[in-house]
Amino acid sequence: MKTIKTMGGCLLFLIPVLAGIPLVGAALIFLIQDARLRGFVIYGTVALMMLACLGLTGAWILDGSTPWLLYTHTELMDHLMQGIEILLMVFIIYMSFKYKRRWVSILSILQTGLAFWVEYSYPLQEATHTQVDSLALLMCVICAFIGGLIGIYSVGYMKSYHEKHRGVIDRSSTFLALLFVFMSAMFGLVLSSNLIWMYFFWEVTSVISFLLIGYTRTEEAIENSFRALWMNLLGGFGFAVAIWLCAMWNHSVQMDQIVSSANPMIIGMLCLAGLTKSAQLPFSTWLFGAMVAPTPSSALLHSATMVKAGVYLLIRLAPALNGTICGTIVSFIGGFTFIMTSLMAIAQNDAKKVLAFSTISNLGLIVACAGIGVEQTVWAAIFLMIFHSSSKSMLFEAVGATENSIGSRDIERMHGLILRLPKLAYVMGIGIAGMYLAPFGMLISKWVALKAFVDSGNVLLVICIAFGSASTMFYWTKWLGKLIAMHKPHTPDPDITRKDEYFSMAVLCVITILLCLLFPLLAGYVVNPIVLSLFGATTDVLSMSELTTMVIMVCSVLIVPAMMFLITRMAPRDIVPIYMNGINVGDNSHFIDSFGEEKKLHLSNWYLRFDFGRRRLLKPSQIVAASVLIVTFAILLGGVLA
Amino acid sequence: MSRLKKSPWMLHYDASSCNGCDIEVLACTMPRFDIERFGIINTGNPFHADILLITGGVNAQSAQVVKQIYSQMPNPKVVVAVGICACTGGVFKDCYNILGGVDQVIPVDVYVPGCAARPQSIIDGVLKAVEILEKKQEAREHA
Amino acid sequence: MSRTISLILYLVLAPFIGALLDGVDRKITARMQGRKGPSLFQPFYDLVKLFSKQMIAVNSVQLLLNCSYLVFLAIAGGMVFFGTDILMSLFILSTADMFLILAASSDSSPYSNIGASREMLQMMSYEPMTLLIAVGFYLATGSFRVDEIILQSSAAIWMMPGLFVGFILIMAIKLRKSPFDLSTSHHAHQEVVKGITTEMSGPTLAIMEIGEYYEKMLLLAIVGLFFIHDTAWSWIIGIVACLGVYFIEILIDNVCARVNWKKLIEICWLITLLCGGINILILMLI
Repeated sequence: MKTIKTMGGCLLFLIPVLAGIPLVGAALIFLIQDARLRGFVIYGTVALMMLACLGLTGAWILDGSTPWLLYTHTELMDHLMQGIEILLMVFIIYMSFKYKRRWVSILSILQTGLAFWVEYSYPLQEATHTQVDSLALLMCVICAFIGGLIGIYSVGYMKSYHEKHRGVIDRSSTFLALLFVFMSAMFGLVLSSNLIWMYFFWEVTSVISFLLIGYTRTEEAIENSFRALWMNLLGGFGFAVAIWLCAMWNHSVQMDQIVSSANPMIIGMLCLAGLTKSAQLPFSTWLFGAMVAPTPSSALLHSATMVKAGVYLLIRLAPALNGTICGTIVSFIGGFTFIMTSLMAIAQNDAKKVLAFSTISNLGLIVACAGIGVEQTVWAAIFLMIFHSSSKSMLFEAVGATENSIGSRDIERMHGLILRLPKLAYVMGIGIAGMYLAPFGMLISKWVALKAFVDSGNVLLVICIAFGSASTMFYWTKWLGKLIAMHKPHTPDPDITRKDEYFSMAVLCVITILLCLLFPLLAGYVVNPIVLSLFGATTDVLSMSELTTMVIMVCSVLIVPAMMFLITRMAPRDIVPIYMNGINVGDNSHFIDSFGEEKKLHLSNWYLRFDFGRRRLLKPSQIVAASVLIVTFAILLGGVLA
Repeated sequence: MSRLKKSPWMLHYDASSCNGCDIEVLACTMPRFDIERFGIINTGNPFHADILLITGGVNAQSAQVVKQIYSQMPNPKVVVAVGICACTGGVFKDCYNILGGVDQVIPVDVYVPGCAARPQSIIDGVLKAVEILEKKQEAREHA
Repeated sequence: MSRTISLILYLVLAPFIGALLDGVDRKITARMQGRKGPSLFQPFYDLVKLFSKQMIAVNSVQLLLNCSYLVFLAIAGGMVFFGTDILMSLFILSTADMFLILAASSDSSPYSNIGASREMLQMMSYEPMTLLIAVGFYLATGSFRVDEIILQSSAAIWMMPGLFVGFILIMAIKLRKSPFDLSTSHHAHQEVVKGITTEMSGPTLAIMEIGEYYEKMLLLAIVGLFFIHDTAWSWIIGIVACLGVYFIEILIDNVCARVNWKKLIEICWLITLLCGGINILILMLI
């Protein structure tokens, strides 16, 4: 066991402080009913949380950047967790009876019972409970900074949300408090080195997600929240089984030991948990359903952090997945999810649905990378995770703010947003560009992933990524085209986005662009050490010259249009009406029909619903993915029994 | 100064023609007369066109359309009225709905008479229009 | 040094050679149709004329986006001629194309909107193949870098014939040749008025055309990459192959009728899977 060299025991408090700040903040937020004061409490909590996170990271770096393994004796904490676990189980049973979905309680009882039985009946080796290493810290930084910014955003958002949705009972204090409880749980999850602790935080995030999805308490919201709950509980059940098997066979529930022993059944069960959490096929439906929740929860839980917990687990397991049957299946499911969900995203016109599908498909890519489990793919996976978190949360925020302002999140209604709500349109545009354009981060990561798939000789994944990125390009470009349509609105839309929302979006914008510009530094100081700590070796996936070329490219993407803007501004030009066969009324939005009457022009994107719609593609792809999973587990079970 | 001369693109608009002249205009683009050998292309789009070629007299419904299309063409531009109806209104001149020739609505530079106008005379008219186009360009540059 | 020279040559000469090839195309097309056809230098006359016309526009951003399109195409092509990463160059090529789509979408007009949608579909159709071709080069020669690809001991075409067939197909889309000229078309063809270029006029259109010449030269360079290896005469074969492929594209243009978007995707994705996928699979196995 490693001890901290320099700064003595005081550092031991950093972890509880980091996890405790949002928890205390949440309690305050829950109790304070005055919206103004609550806002300030949130800003304060976020600032403290960011400071604590920076402090932890700084201390860790000063200590020599070696993994810390801490807290061997934690009886009090263990009992507290057990108590909360029972409370959660009782709560789930209560909710499932209240809303007449009793069978959900079976899943909860089964897994909690199993976890308890394991804890009391199998003697476990004494081991540490938390672990601070580069991957965990990266997740902490993502959670603290992006999560914190979303926290700031949600203050203004919830006010506007309830002004627009009079029918929904205002429980924003609960909502905001839950967001912070979630952040606390997320810190706990990523810093755990022990499956039992991780399982506890895993369950907490599932339940919080359930509560946030059901926030509006409409029929649809309740239906979707229960879907999310049972799927996540299924994953949690897999987690509990993994703990049981670990305790039975290894007498240890340490993460690093699981990776080194690489028992296929345990790994398989943990992969199941990871796949459900990151909403891979066939469990994707819960994430589309989760979009009924107010936007901050979609941004925080369902794109930036909670779903990343699933891929975080898989990345942790990645060294054990390389070349095994589990790894092959995980990478297949990831690649398959990537292509199928990006095809289905084409048929969506609801902006949040598009974001949900795109989140699932990007997670699929990360899962596929983790499933291959070599240095290069994990390198790409971590990059994808970083870029996805920043761009996607920004997009969610912009969509949420737009929805509050124009009363719809239909992409068709965003026609000409650049003239109607210019600031939001720019934020959205940068987010979209960051998601798929060369040479922004996501695309570079995709490039690395492609290279790594080729090197690992996986032709299926190469084809998946080729077709998947083509359809990704389609649905983003048509959205971008809608935003940029220079169509003057007849009635102006008032921009009711508040200052804190803009602050959050602006910071995320800067982060997204900086991440691209600082790509080489990010590679050298963040991602390479993570790969090194996971695999014990690291390869320079992209040489420095390639990285610098890319930075130059990013600069040029930003500079070229700006330069062209300055040059072309000089050019004199006469504005004429658009071509409508000479029957343009003159305002570019009406024409004269054959009866001599004015008709409104309506432009729409292509959604190709009959070809790429969910109705056509979802069922078959779920069946394929589910049967692959079932066959895999049958094989794994056969291996155990034989 | 032969910038425009070698690449005049035209837009063919049927104001209210009986299709007789239209067929002849189309014949000009076919292999037998091959108007493209002069670099002339039938673009079908005012934003690209230099020559507006109109067949048929202008009626109440097409007058606005002719005006708008003409306004959407970048300068310098010329108008060729093809066929006697486009020149003067022809046999339809006194009909209740006919305003008369194209020149009632927009300035016409070349009149190509005939019912229907023959392809040879259409090509001839277009080439005359190109000369005028050239002059307009010079005038534009001097101004 | 030679890399810099080739980059400068590309940036300077590509529009001229591209335009000349366009003239050849129009001449051959005319002869195939039994016409005399325009002068060989017709594209130059067209460009000069377009630049001398009045600047009319329907909005203020179209020119800006078109200029960006041109610059990005030049960058994408420049990367190939400078000998850097081919995959990156193809990614930049898609970015460039996206600027054209945005230029068309910004018009907010019916015909450019349809054109933009169809252009996106075209992009979706050819994108998988372009990625697979880059992967194919990597598998066949061990590098994504153009300067290393051309130093191989044998031509890449022997390793990737399926991908070559696929490339001819997507080149027809990129050059806007007949079965696939859905979004806009060249010469005297008309499709949805003029599709994405409907509202572009005068200099704006000319900039777009120059961009297409850069793109054409880039595509022909990739054709050359299939043939060029470390011997001097392979360069001659490469150039002959480029001309041959260009002729095939003109032939396809003249013998095919336009397909609808559904057929376009079906044909492209099927051929990508069959020719591209199988070729990549074989390359991975050997």
